[in-house]
Amino acid sequence: MDSITDKAEQLRHKISQAEKELQDLRMQLEELESTTRNLNTNQQLGSTSESAHPTDTIPEWKWPLSEEEYSRYGRQLILPTVGINGQLHLKSAAVLIVGAGGLGCPAAAYLAGAGVGTLGVVDGDTVEVSNLHRQIAHSTQRVGMMKVDSLIEYCRGLNPVVSYVAHREHLTPQNSEAIVSEYDLVLDCTDHPTSRYLISDICVLLRKPLVSASALRTDGQLIVLNSPPTAQGSTEGGPCYRCIFPKPPPAESVVSCGEGGILGPVVGVMGVLQALEAIKLIVTGVGKDSNSTPKDPIAPSLLLFSATSTTPFRSIRMRSRRPNCFACSTGSTLTLKELRAGSLDYVQFCGVAKPVDVLKPEERVSAKEYNDILTKQPDKDHLLLDVREKEHFEIASIPGAINVPFSTIQTRSKTSTDDDSLASEYIPKSLSAHAPIYVICRVGNDSQLVTKRLKEIGLDANGERFVGDIEGGMLAWKRHVDQTMPFT
Amino acid sequence: MSTATETVPAPTQVEIPKISIDVEFTGGLEMLFSDQRRHTISLPAANKDGKPATIADLIHYLCEHTMKDARKDLFVLQDHLRPGILVLINDADWELEGEEAYEIQAGDNILFVSTLHGG
Ligand SMILES: [Zn+2]
Repeated sequence: MDSITDKAEQLRHKISQAEKELQDLRMQLEELESTTRNLNTNQQLGSTSESAHPTDTIPEWKWPLSEEEYSRYGRQLILPTVGINGQLHLKSAAVLIVGAGGLGCPAAAYLAGAGVGTLGVVDGDTVEVSNLHRQIAHSTQRVGMMKVDSLIEYCRGLNPVVSYVAHREHLTPQNSEAIVSEYDLVLDCTDHPTSRYLISDICVLLRKPLVSASALRTDGQLIVLNSPPTAQGSTEGGPCYRCIFPKPPPAESVVSCGEGGILGPVVGVMGVLQALEAIKLIVTGVGKDSNSTPKDPIAPSLLLFSATSTTPFRSIRMRSRRPNCFACSTGSTLTLKELRAGSLDYVQFCGVAKPVDVLKPEERVSAKEYNDILTKQPDKDHLLLDVREKEHFEIASIPGAINVPFSTIQTRSKTSTDDDSLASEYIPKSLSAHAPIYVICRVGNDSQLVTKRLKEIGLDANGERFVGDIEGGMLAWKRHVDQTMPFT
Repeated sequence: MSTATETVPAPTQVEIPKISIDVEFTGGLEMLFSDQRRHTISLPAANKDGKPATIADLIHYLCEHTMKDARKDLFVLQDHLRPGILVLINDADWELEGEEAYEIQAGDNILFVSTLHGG
């Protein structure tokens, strides 16, 4: 067995090294090609006057797109909404995708396919296996690679004509001006309020339209912001993110895809729609000469997508710019200088969820301690209450655990005033009066709240029965006791 | 006193006129409301001061009668809707309609949307 694992490990190592080499070679080739491309254009420019050049054999190509581009984009070129002018606008557009995840992958793919001139991607993360069910541009082989490189590699396979720019870092107040100023249009494909406020602010300051989308579980939202991207104080411009959401949500209410879950096609739909909105803006000439940009503010609308609803798509009319908006109003004090200086603390502005800390050390046992109890006294009368949601519990649980989901406890605590009846719902009748109760959850927050609640309703029999939680939850159990336990 | 209160028949208390509206929750808020997206609500047409019911009254009513979850602060903070929730009245942002002061009409569709951040 061991020799097989060793061999597999060696092979894996060799593969990853070969991949690194391959990537390196590709990058060298890309650099070489881009320099020759520039040389060619320069030569062409120079050669037009030199009629003596032996170009007579090949007739001069006198069309604005290359022959390959006519074939490649033919199917969209013949649409009235695109046309040759729209395609030329696409070709001269530089689009920035912030976030190479579930939204960024499909958005980048369609924009690359459509033939934008330059596609930039910003992300500081690397590909993980748990990304692959929705972040379709990455691949199993590219786990561990920078997401930016993986996404660009995918897009280059789709369309090598586009020039790609990799920004292998997260967007920060310090680097945002340098990065965003190189582009005409920005797509917010990130996954946290802190980045959403930052991206909106820099787009207001640099006057870039912003296509923003988000998704969680089976829902998605899409809105085009700062369009048209008029100067701060102008009422002609479209609203910014802060006009719609002046105050960030409390950190405790922010649920990530990791915690709440996400269905691949849901976030995929939203990313595809972002690409669509971007293409619609670009073909009308956004970011180009001001006389072609629409004069009237586009009536802003928020698109809501609910995969499980009978009406999955709903469009909502939204407000225009907020007269007292922190970022885009006349009275705004937001400046590039201030942003660069770091005087806006986005993390502090959005807040950080504090870890729950309501139990005393003697009310908690470690995963190891609980396991020791089980090993030494296998028949010990006790209750292990698993308060994760049903879906988590059904995937894997500690043998003997009883599942009462946290949300059920929340509901029952509100609707029932009778503590005794509440207790009998959670506690099996067979449990003897002084048998200890251990509460476990996913990472050790909810379990503390439930423990506290169980004591409030008198289950600790005035201290005669131990009621406590397992510190660190199922994550600690996996780390310190049973590594084979799937953790979700 | 508005004329609306005068039309209320004798002060029998039992006969408070109700208005029927559709209330919807999305973006995860439905989890606070029995995992049900759509609720038909019979809202008292007037609040305790005898004024026509507004969105503020509806929010209060939802907390008291419809929400089955104890985590009220995921919906309301300091007596107002918590930041990060949009209210849409008949498919328009409530800011176009007067926000909390909007007087609810029978048959209105009021949608509460929690903003999502994932991507
Ligand atoms: Zn604004």
